[in-house]
Amino acid sequence: MKTLNRRDFGVALAAAMLLPATTAHADDMEVHIDNFVFQPAELRIKVGTTVTWTNRDDIPHTVVSAGKFRSKTLDTDDKFSFTFTNAGDYKYFCSLHPHMTGMIKVE
Amino acid sequence: MSGHDHGEDGLSRRKVLECMTWAGTGVLWTITGGVPRSLGIIDSAQAATAAAPGMTFLQISDSHVGFDKLANPNALGTLEEAVNKINAMPVKPSFMIHTGDITHLSKAAEFDNADRIISQSKLDVHYVPGEHDFLDEDVKFYRERYGRGTKGAGWYSFDAGGVHFIGLVNVVDLKAGGLGNLGAEQLAWLEDDLRGKSKSTPIVLFAHIPLWTVYPEWGWGTEDGARALDHVKGFGSVTVLNGHIHQVMQKVEGNVTFHTARSTAFPQPAPGAAPSPGPMKVEDAKLRAMLGVASINFKQSEQRLAIIDTPLQG
Repeated sequence: MKTLNRRDFGVALAAAMLLPATTAHADDMEVHIDNFVFQPAELRIKVGTTVTWTNRDDIPHTVVSAGKFRSKTLDTDDKFSFTFTNAGDYKYFCSLHPHMTGMIKVE
Repeated sequence: MSGHDHGEDGLSRRKVLECMTWAGTGVLWTITGGVPRSLGIIDSAQAATAAAPGMTFLQISDSHVGFDKLANPNALGTLEEAVNKINAMPVKPSFMIHTGDITHLSKAAEFDNADRIISQSKLDVHYVPGEHDFLDEDVKFYRERYGRGTKGAGWYSFDAGGVHFIGLVNVVDLKAGGLGNLGAEQLAWLEDDLRGKSKSTPIVLFAHIPLWTVYPEWGWGTEDGARALDHVKGFGSVTVLNGHIHQVMQKVEGNVTFHTARSTAFPQPAPGAAPSPGPMKVEDAKLRAMLGVASINFKQSEQRLAIIDTPLQG
């Protein structure tokens, strides 16, 4: 995964420089878990982007997209990162609190 | 509603009305926080208990051993206080049920610590898992300790004092956007388990997440809980005991009494009363009034089991 990330990083960075980007790096997107909510609940990103989830609750959570990715249990302040190498819609949820859902749209 | 549970003697008008409301609507919720007796009717139930002991068992829940955040930096300590409280009870209960979230993060040391404290009660303990008990990589610590003789993810039944107890697991295979989940296999087992049982057999169902829909916005309910309740419909007395929401809540619907127990670790807000169901930080002096255990008394002559919620303090 590491080497893959590095290659994609270059591609994503090049893409980011050509775009009127509002975020510094296309490969540096973040989702926070606050109050049992993924924020932002929906994220639109480019292929190759790495998304990092951070649990800021006092309760553990997970980040699971069926068949795509699954984090370990994230205790307070734990992080999970995933690099999206394929376009598509990635619905995900917390397997402990399934009412918590989110979406990553990869273009 | 059966007369004895609600104490025909010296029953106040308010209590009568309360019972009537319940019988009439069947959906009235009673929410209490920090009150020693969860409901008015419990007082009279306790008075009846003193006259004829019957069988008493305890419910303990959500000990979250390992939790050390602001809402309670010492969850192991308050568990020990709860066990001390149990040991000081005038009538020794027959056994205890634990409705899950024994640990906070399913670490071996957390399970060991929980067991070290809970075993000081010297009571048999019947466990069901909470979602916090299945967090280890191989999902084996809970099963190794408490899964023996159980089916599937850990469900089972047993008989005690003329009551049929059924421990259910509704914390695995949760679906995105959904609530707690029992699953087809467990429901089929439940149906089979109840087959041939006399309808007069009192039934106690216990599981971690409420089997009734308390507050779906926070995931407080079980997707297929109604299907489990369908299987116990014909029975004269059904008591459903849950944890997960860290507060006492009760409702009566026909012959079914639903009850959730306090946590021994930290309180959670009333439904919708906070931005999230996360641990609720209260003043240190108030914490122990919001933690506690429940004791449940059963007498052959009565339809309903009497439930007394006892806080650690207050």
